[in-house]
Formats: sequence, C-alpha cells, structure tokens
Amino acid sequence: MRMKSPRLVTVFALVALAGCSSSEASATSVSAATSSTAEKAPPPPEAAPSGPRALAVTEKEVTVGQLHSATGTMAISETGSIQAERLAIEQINAQGGILGRKINIIQEDGASDWPTFAEKSKKLLVSDRTAAVFGCWTSASRKAVLPVFEKEQGLLYYPTFYEGLEQSKNVFYTGQEATQQILAGLDWLQKEKKAKTFFLIGSDYIWPRTSNKIARKHIENVLKGQVVGEEYYPLGHTQFGSLINKIKLKKPDAVYAIIVGGSNVSFYKQLKAAGVTAQNQTLLTISVTEDELLGIGGENMVGFYAAMKYFQSLKNENNVAFVKAFKEKYGPNAVIGDVTQAAYLGPWLYKAAVEKAGSFDIDKVVAASSDIELKTAPEGYVKVHPNHHLWSKLRIGQARLDGQFDVLYESELIEPNPFPKGYQ
Amino acid sequence: MDSISDFGAILLMQGFNGLSNFCVLLLMALGLAIIFGQMGVINMAHGEFLTIGAYTTYVLSEICQRYAPWLSDSYFVLAVVVSFFIAGAVGLVVEHLMIRKLYTRPLDTLLATWGLSLIMQQVFRSIFGAREVSAVLPAWLMGSVQPLPGVDIPINGLLVMGLCLVLTSVIFFGLYRSRWGVRVRATTQNRVMSRATGIDTAHVDRLSFALGCGLAGIAGAAFTTIGSTGPTSGTLYIVDTFLVVVFGGAQSLLGGIASSFSIAQAQATMEFFLSGSTAKVLTLSAVILILMLRPQGLFSIRARS
Repeated sequence: MRMKSPRLVTVFALVALAGCSSSEASATSVSAATSSTAEKAPPPPEAAPSGPRALAVTEKEVTVGQLHSATGTMAISETGSIQAERLAIEQINAQGGILGRKINIIQEDGASDWPTFAEKSKKLLVSDRTAAVFGCWTSASRKAVLPVFEKEQGLLYYPTFYEGLEQSKNVFYTGQEATQQILAGLDWLQKEKKAKTFFLIGSDYIWPRTSNKIARKHIENVLKGQVVGEEYYPLGHTQFGSLINKIKLKKPDAVYAIIVGGSNVSFYKQLKAAGVTAQNQTLLTISVTEDELLGIGGENMVGFYAAMKYFQSLKNENNVAFVKAFKEKYGPNAVIGDVTQAAYLGPWLYKAAVEKAGSFDIDKVVAASSDIELKTAPEGYVKVHPNHHLWSKLRIGQARLDGQFDVLYESELIEPNPFPKGYQ
Repeated sequence: MDSISDFGAILLMQGFNGLSNFCVLLLMALGLAIIFGQMGVINMAHGEFLTIGAYTTYVLSEICQRYAPWLSDSYFVLAVVVSFFIAGAVGLVVEHLMIRKLYTRPLDTLLATWGLSLIMQQVFRSIFGAREVSAVLPAWLMGSVQPLPGVDIPINGLLVMGLCLVLTSVIFFGLYRSRWGVRVRATTQNRVMSRATGIDTAHVDRLSFALGCGLAGIAGAAFTTIGSTGPTSGTLYIVDTFLVVVFGGAQSLLGGIASSFSIAQAQATMEFFLSGSTAKVLTLSAVILILMLRPQGLFSIRARS
C-alpha cells in the first residue's frame, strides 16, 4: 500500500528526528551494600540529625545519593565518575566510615535528561533524605537540580570542570572553574611555544563559548596576542573539512580547541588525514581527557597538548595508589580522566568536612568545609576555598600514542575565581 | 610560497571538501533511499545499522591486532564486506520480526523503529561499554596525498568517494536495469497488484530491507575513518540522512544524489565564509523553504493517484 500523504509522513519523520536527541528514560535504583571490613567505635553523641530536613543518618549508617547518567548519550562521560565515587566510598567504609557510620549509597539514573535529573534529585533529597549527593556532569544537569538542592537544603558534590559564574551554598565544585583551567594554559602557550596568534574553536553551547570568551580577553588584554579566528560547530557535527582549511589559511601559532562528544573524534581524525599534525601545528585543548582519547585513538592526537588539573600518568604516590586501586576494581584497561579524579575527591572532602564539623547537619558541614585540606588527593594537595571551589594546579600534558599523556608542566596552586573581573 | 598560490591551494582543498561531504551524505542516504524511499518504512533505527558497521570494523581490528597482525594493513577491506553482511543479517531478522507486520501502517513503523533504535543503543552499551572505542586503522588510510605542493587531499575522503561511486552505480543499475529493481518498484507502487502478477512481494520486501541495512553497515565501516564509534554514534548521522532523502524526493535515487550534492556544497561554501553553526542554520532554512514550495522534494515520480 502506498503512503497517502508524503507530506504528512515527512512532518512526522522530522518531528520524531527532533525527539531523537533526547534519550531513554529508564531509571534504576540500586541500593548498594558496600563491603565492610573494619569495626569501629560507637558514634559520638553530637551527630544526631537536625535542621528542617531530617537526614537518613542512623547510629550505624549514613545514606548518600549518587546521581549520574548511567544510560543515554552522557553515559559515555559519567561512567568514570560513578566508578570513582563508588571506589572512594568503598575505601572510606573499609576505614570505618564517617563518624563511625558506614556509608550507604542510593544510586539514581539521570538518563542524560535534565528534567529527569531534577526529579531524581527531589527523590534523593525528600524521600530518601540523603545527607549528601555526588552527581551531575553537564552544566545543564547541574542547573536543573540547583533549585531543588537550594529549596530542600541538600548538599551536592559536582565533579566536572565547568564555565564558572556560579556559587551556591549547597554545592561544592571539585573540578576546576574556567579561569583555573584556561589562563595558565594560555600563558604556557605564549611562554613555551611563543604563540602570538590564536584560533579558538568549540562546540556550540555554553561551556565552550564562555571559556573562549575568557580565553579571548586574556589573549587580547593580558598576553597582547591576536585571535585570528573563532568558530563554533553544532554538537554532533561530523564534517570538519572547512574548519581545517580555515586553520590552514590563517596559520595560527596555536589552535585552542574545546570540542566535545562524538565531534571530537571526527575533528582529530580529519585533522590528521588533512596533514595537520603536531609536527606542523601547535594545538591545546581543554576538552580531551584520557577518556576521550580512548575514542579518538592516540595515533590521531599524538603530540597535541591538553590542559587539565589531573592526568592518569602523574607520578606522585597518592596517584600511584589510586590508579592501582581503580584498576583492581574496574579492570586493567580502565582509564582515568580529569573528571573521574575530581569525582573521587567528593566523598573524601565530605568525610573531612563532616568530621571537622562533628555533625552531619548540612549547615554545619558547609561551614566546616572552608579551608579543608586534602593531602591524599591523587592530583596532589587540594584545599577548599570559601567560595566552594578548590585550589588546584594546572598541568599541561602531551598526548601519547598509547592514549596517555606526558606531563610537561605544572603550575603553582591556583585560586578559584568563579566570577572573574574583566573576563565577562 | 606566496599568498596567492596559497589561497589557490586552500580553494582546491575546499572544493574537494565539498565533494567529500557530498559523498558522505550520499553514502549515508543510499540505504535509507531504499528502505524509506522505495519501501516507505520510516526507519529511525537506520543510524544504529551504521553503528553495527562501525563496531564490526572495531571488532575485526581488535581480532587482527591479537591474532593476525600481518593482516592489519588490509583488514579494512574485509571489514567493509563483513559489515555489509552482518548489518544485512540483522536487517533480515528485524524485517521478519517487526517490519513485515507494519507495511500497511507506515506511520507506525516510525514509533516501532524508534523503539528499536533505543534498544539497539542500549545493547551496544551493554556489550561494548558506554565509552567510545577506536578501531586501529591502517596507516595508509589515514594520511594524505599531495598532488600539488600545499594541497593535501585526505585519503579517507578518497576512500569514501570511491565506495560511494561504486555503491551508487550498483544500486542505480539494480533498481532501474534489473528484474529485481522492476519487482521492487512494482511492489512499492502497488503491493496487491504486484502479488496478482506473481511477484513474491514478501521475498522482495525482505531482501530490499536487508540490502538497505547492509548498505548502512558499509557506510558505518567507512565512517570509522572520519568519525566516532560509540553506542550513539549513529544518531549523529540520522537527521542528515533523512534530510537528504526527504529533500531529494523520497522515491527518486537521482533526487537523493542531487539533494546531497546541493546540501553538501551549500554547507561547505557557507562554512568557509561564515561560521559553522550559521552555515547549518542557513542550510536547514533553505531546505525548509524549498520543501514548503515543493513538498514532494526536488525530484518526484509522476504517477496517477
């Protein structure tokens, strides 16, 4: 039978295509019984829950939430965070938990869908009464849950490096904000690579655009360099031939790249195929970690630079132990990117804050968090700033054939500055 | 090197870039041109058949690395062929279990295949993990040739072009010059009457659907040289694929060729002079405008209704 109306069919097809980018909405609730080995002393009396929202804290257990995308397009990035947070919580439990209480995890799936994130965060805070939540990855999901956390007085540990311009009493940001990740990297390009002209590229959404805006201001006002091109491509774009030709035409001293997702793979493969390699072009990216490099293939990116606060190849003993524990739990081929490490810090920072406060009460934990130091972080020493972000270093890594980075440069500890003056 | 010859070189490469984009679009659309254009099945899972091809290439590359390193320079040719058969076989199964019950309800295929695409994505995720993987491609595929100094022509672009040329001619010949083509076209135009003339329409449907899926598999294998391999990689292509087929006129292969050519060239030219996002917006606007004036697409088959 022929279709009656091709026009109608067309309309339907396009409507369905538009819906294609949103993803499956299956959600699972896994209550993980985490292993326990150590038996610890009885809890101190002061730890009883208080405040407007009674917390799920008993004499033996404290319940926390985990809210990431285990399904949908973001699962690719968030899997590492889920694994790292679980590892940290398992290790804390093995040491006897927090204030003598074992940590119990309730995991929810945000399913790469922002309204789902908001709904699940409400469940975790109101029905499950979790004492803290480790979760979110994209800024969009964080923005979706923020009003819920502020209304219900929750506590969120957010792991991703992001564009800044945010500070909430109810959120701790364990990744770098934009100025920490960008400024030192550009300084390095100027100093070490003598870069005067820059070509900025990115995927077309808030993080790359805000970051490149900061980069442009820094290049023009501080480094007195020149931006010879600034280009954005839609998320999921797969054809970068025109962009590559423009780069060849402008011949910038350095390309500054913030492309994300599947586009990343297309970009570096096509760059290599067009004969643009580390031999003839300097390129620095802030969006490729070991996770992404796995999909790109080391051979397509070898020699290019990435600016991150953490690389898996860091040699300090904290990191060696962390990488070993991670591989023991998740297999010898597991890779650890910047965000995975930042996610690992979340439970440890929470533990330190609760112990300093002597209480699980949200207000007291938040108040106690300022200036907490963590000397056991895989990235080295970190310290919580009163603005809820972390002091951290910036490192420059050079991509290797085997999918790891050689660390070439390490900055001093950089103060987080989520609302940078003169960069907006 | 002076700047004028420099600009000439860029112009040449940009010309090639437009052509290469055209071939990528056409290669994606070939399978759908049969499934949607000829059979009228709105196959939302077409992108996932592409992904099957990509994962097949990845698996073969891993096997080669481990057991037959001497094959690592040539396994890719094998991967293209195997991708065709695996994607085609999955297509056969899908047709048998699902699609054949829906030929009389074309709009329902939309929902059914969309569900199928979600299921397939989760299956990929369960088998291969959520992270993207990368097939190790032969070195000869990832370089470029230099016909003139300063002009780099990517070899993977040439490969996609070659594949596209061969497959398009085969499909063109098959549809318009062979008995199978006559049967396919007859079946899609009037299923009842075709059966009355003795055509085994169920057989024709099954083979056509499998062929369309197999072509998607080949495209998926070829795209490992230019794009990502992950559970949702197929979704990156599905919108453009439908765009090409609908814009070209669903039932016309020539229309598909014309539409992918015009979309690719418009996009490449505008990308060069404007920015990437603006180019996409302008291209889509132009397509919408033309579809408003010509709802049947660029080319359409005249038929009595």
